[in-house]
Amino acid sequence: MTSSPETLDRSHIPWPSHEAAGKPSPWGYLLLAFLAIIFVWSYQGSEIRLSQLFSREGGGQIVAYIKRLFPPDLSANVLHETFKGAMETFAISFIGTLLAAVIALSVVFFASRNLIYSGLLYEMEPKQGWSRAMRLLPYLCARAFLNLLRTIPEMVWALIFVFLVGLGPFPGVLALGVHTGGVLGKLFGEVLEDVDPQPIESLQSTGATRLQILFYGILPQVLPQFISYTLYRWEVNIRVAAVLGFVGAGGLGQRIHIAISLFFENQLLTLIIAVYILVTLVDYLSAYLRRRVI
Amino acid sequence: MRSPALSSITRSEKSVFPYVFGLFFALALVDSWRRAGIDLVVFFEAEGRSHLWKFLTGMFPPELSWNFLSMMFRPFLETIQISMMGTLIAVGIGFPLGVLGTRTFMVGGVLNEVDVRGSPSRLALRWSGYSMVRGILSLFRSIPEFVWAFMFVRAVGLGPFPGVLAIGVAYGGMLGKVYSEIFEGVNYRPLEALQSTGANKPQIFFYGWLPQVLPNFVSYTLYRWECAVRASAILGLVGAGGLGQQIEISMRMFNFHEVLTLLIILFLMVAAVDTISAKVRAML
Repeated sequence: MTSSPETLDRSHIPWPSHEAAGKPSPWGYLLLAFLAIIFVWSYQGSEIRLSQLFSREGGGQIVAYIKRLFPPDLSANVLHETFKGAMETFAISFIGTLLAAVIALSVVFFASRNLIYSGLLYEMEPKQGWSRAMRLLPYLCARAFLNLLRTIPEMVWALIFVFLVGLGPFPGVLALGVHTGGVLGKLFGEVLEDVDPQPIESLQSTGATRLQILFYGILPQVLPQFISYTLYRWEVNIRVAAVLGFVGAGGLGQRIHIAISLFFENQLLTLIIAVYILVTLVDYLSAYLRRRVI
Repeated sequence: MRSPALSSITRSEKSVFPYVFGLFFALALVDSWRRAGIDLVVFFEAEGRSHLWKFLTGMFPPELSWNFLSMMFRPFLETIQISMMGTLIAVGIGFPLGVLGTRTFMVGGVLNEVDVRGSPSRLALRWSGYSMVRGILSLFRSIPEFVWAFMFVRAVGLGPFPGVLAIGVAYGGMLGKVYSEIFEGVNYRPLEALQSTGANKPQIFFYGWLPQVLPNFVSYTLYRWECAVRASAILGLVGAGGLGQQIEISMRMFNFHEVLTLLIILFLMVAAVDTISAKVRAML
């Protein structure tokens, strides 16, 4: 097959064509004007006082605050307390993520369309309205449940659980687990919905039951991605676990809250350094594990 | 070619990794379980049950009186405004730092070959500038926005302003990092072509570099704006304005029906923002 230069596929080159560049569309200008109005409105509404920030007094205050942070407080009892907080934060993120994986795994199989009511597995079923509805019901319930878990932010869950079970790291674990459970449920569901149908079809043709298809045809395909997503959420969760203490859910956040409130700036710097080290360590650990798994 | 399945089997047979990993996992689990103070029976004890019951029944019906809703309108708008201004500041911080933190723009690559070759001092100068920018970006994004917000509340007082600054600084760090990654991933052929016509560096940047990355920029910035809306809705928990402050007040006063209303508002707002952002991204 011969191809002249005109017929070459240029779509992979990210380069605007001359025709596109030549015609400025009126919608673009309209959008820009709209954006400008929104920003002016937001500027007024959010009480921005840049003059304060850059004035001698305001700027001086910030510089003075930064100066007070140094040097970090490295006395033995502060270090000990910081270490305890860091371990607590790690524990919250670790158990919270595990709990999330458990929640997601126990709900997700009901929440993916191709496993519960349509697609290859159910082709041979007579299309009876009521049996379909019977399967649609758990699907919709599972979806709504995951949405509910996901849309309420971790911090609000933490506030709620602090009320329910009292102060300490435990409400933090529950908050992370519940919110991340919703997130992982959605991600797992997406993985399940675009699983490769060929192995499923061949298993089905050998007469395997649906449970057997799930264990031998579907799970081996999706498990690496499940683990990878869980590790990724763990990286997110270690950052959240570091601030959950602001609402009373233990960990480094609680100590940071106290240090800021009582103007212990030197301790604050120690704690921030601890957050930085912990987050970086977990990032590396998670990246390493992901490489091993996939 | 070996299939991935086969290679994973042979690998797991040879290595001790699964055992070591399993051991560490079990140790971490036991230690974390103890440290996190897991107390599963709490929900089955009388006190925990009564709290749960009080919370669930207290939420219904949601508070829908006009009085309350009109009072919540202002914080709702404030949340949107904080997210818009915060994202704007984040772009203002992230864009220049992202450009300066791009290795192929600052230090190596096609553009700097001629400048840098045979001049170690110039190379060292640029390298140090580049590393400093990367360090600042990493500092900005590794301190959580909650900590920034609380520190800014101390520095500039209560209200939406510290929320804007917190989102601006924390998201500036994230945007800067991602911008520089997008910058490094461009197609270098147009840049080389421009250079061969004698274009100078700003010209190459504006006519060769920017047009390639702009769609990606806009799409990622929109995604960050979605995150900023969620963040600004809860930054109020530390006194930085918006809906979060109201949620905390209602929660502390045990007005759970108000909490439910606020959660519904939050849900609708986040869903609307997601839809808008998805629509705009589809237009790109």
